[in-house]
Parts: sequence; structure tokens; C-alpha cells
Amino acid sequence: MAGPLNLFTVGQRAMSAQLVRMNAAASNLANAGSVAASEGEAYRPMRAIFSEQLDQANGLSTVRVGGVIRTDAVAIRRHEPGHPLADENGDVWASPVDENAEMVEMLDASRQYRNMVEALSTAKQLMLETMRMK
Amino acid sequence: MSEGLFGIHGKALEIRSQRIGMLASNIANAATPGYKARDVDFAAALSARLGGQETDGAIGSATRYRVPLMASLDGNTVEMATEQSAFAENAVAYSATLSFVAGKVERITRALRGE
Repeated sequence: MAGPLNLFTVGQRAMSAQLVRMNAAASNLANAGSVAASEGEAYRPMRAIFSEQLDQANGLSTVRVGGVIRTDAVAIRRHEPGHPLADENGDVWASPVDENAEMVEMLDASRQYRNMVEALSTAKQLMLETMRMK
Repeated sequence: MSEGLFGIHGKALEIRSQRIGMLASNIANAATPGYKARDVDFAAALSARLGGQETDGAIGSATRYRVPLMASLDGNTVEMATEQSAFAENAVAYSATLSFVAGKVERITRALRGE
């Protein structure tokens, strides 16, 4: 993360952070119905971890994605003896994905992405006007 | 030289431009846990600037943390409605200030050409 921040890097990093968040939510939704043979193998929802990245020199701050973590939600045990993945007790382990929470996460990420685009295009417009001033 | 030429508008434009960056930072950090939204008190910054301070110092002394209307659980104080309206207000004010500066430039150029 070298170099000083400017308005465009702030926007760019914020947008890519929101994309990471959106990807995580999409992966979670995609795996909403998946089952596994054991509790350890079951899919666990992912979350992006954001932190602030401040440029002391000019006071601008943007978002840094600290990483994508797996939440510690517990896999749901379901008794399905006929399932090919069932263990000796006849249980399968379903992924503990909360579809509603993921949809909300998705919606929030896309709205914030859009807000950033809007702010960036306004700022760009103003910069261009300033530049073209003769 | 631009100090004397553009008067208050040049200084106001500098502060408006810095404020765009600050509000954009708030919008960028809308989902960062623990982020505290900041804003420039424009009137305070402008009077500090007119009082002879440099732009950075004037901005620094007039930067305030935003008081959220409703606190959120993760400690983030960015409220989209507030930030967006502040951004829009600032953009319009920037545009207005810019047209004053542009008008001044045009008048000076016309005087130089002797039209």
C-alpha cells in the first residue's frame, strides 16, 4: 500500500472492499443448501473484515480488507439415512447459512458501492470543471 | 499571487476541495467497524484561513467528529443520509465558488487583452 492516497485511490479501494464483501455473501448464498459428511467438512459462512486506512499526510482515509474469515457458526445436523454423504448415524451436516442475512449483506454492499461511484463521479466532474477553467 | 487575486474565493475553494476528500473518506468507510466520521466546520476553517493560517492548519483545527443521530453497535458513526447530503451541499458550494473564481479569471484575461 505504497504512495499517498488521493480521492481516486480512496474510491477505488472502497469499491474493491465492497466487492470482496459482495463476493463473500455470494459464496455463502451459493453454498446455502450444501451438505457435508462431517461437521468439520461442512461449509461455514465467510465474512470480509474491514479496517480503516488513514493517510496522515492529507487526512484521507480508505478501507483496507484485513482478510476474509470463516464465521464460527455451527453446522446443522440433519438426519437423512438415505443420503450418500450420511455418516454411520445416518446424519448429514448442512451449512449454517442464513439466507436473509446474506441478502441484506449483499444489498448493503451494493448500495455502498453505488454511493461511492456517485461520490467519485461528482468529485471527478468538479475536478474537470476546475481543470478546464481558463 | 493567487492569494490577492482570488480573495476569499480561492481560499474557500481550497477548503471545499479538502472537504470533498473528507466526505468521500466517510462514504468509503461506511462499513468499517469503529470508524468515526469526520467533517470540516467550513465557517471555522475559512475564518482560520482568512486569519492567516495555512490551509492544512486551518482544516486541521476545524475538523470535528460527526455526532451520529443514532449510534450503531459496531462503533461506526457514518450515516449515509447525512454524508450524502453534506457531499451534495459541498459539491454545489464548490461549483458556485468555482464560478466566482472563473469569472475573476475571465475578467482579468479580458483586461489583459485590452478588449
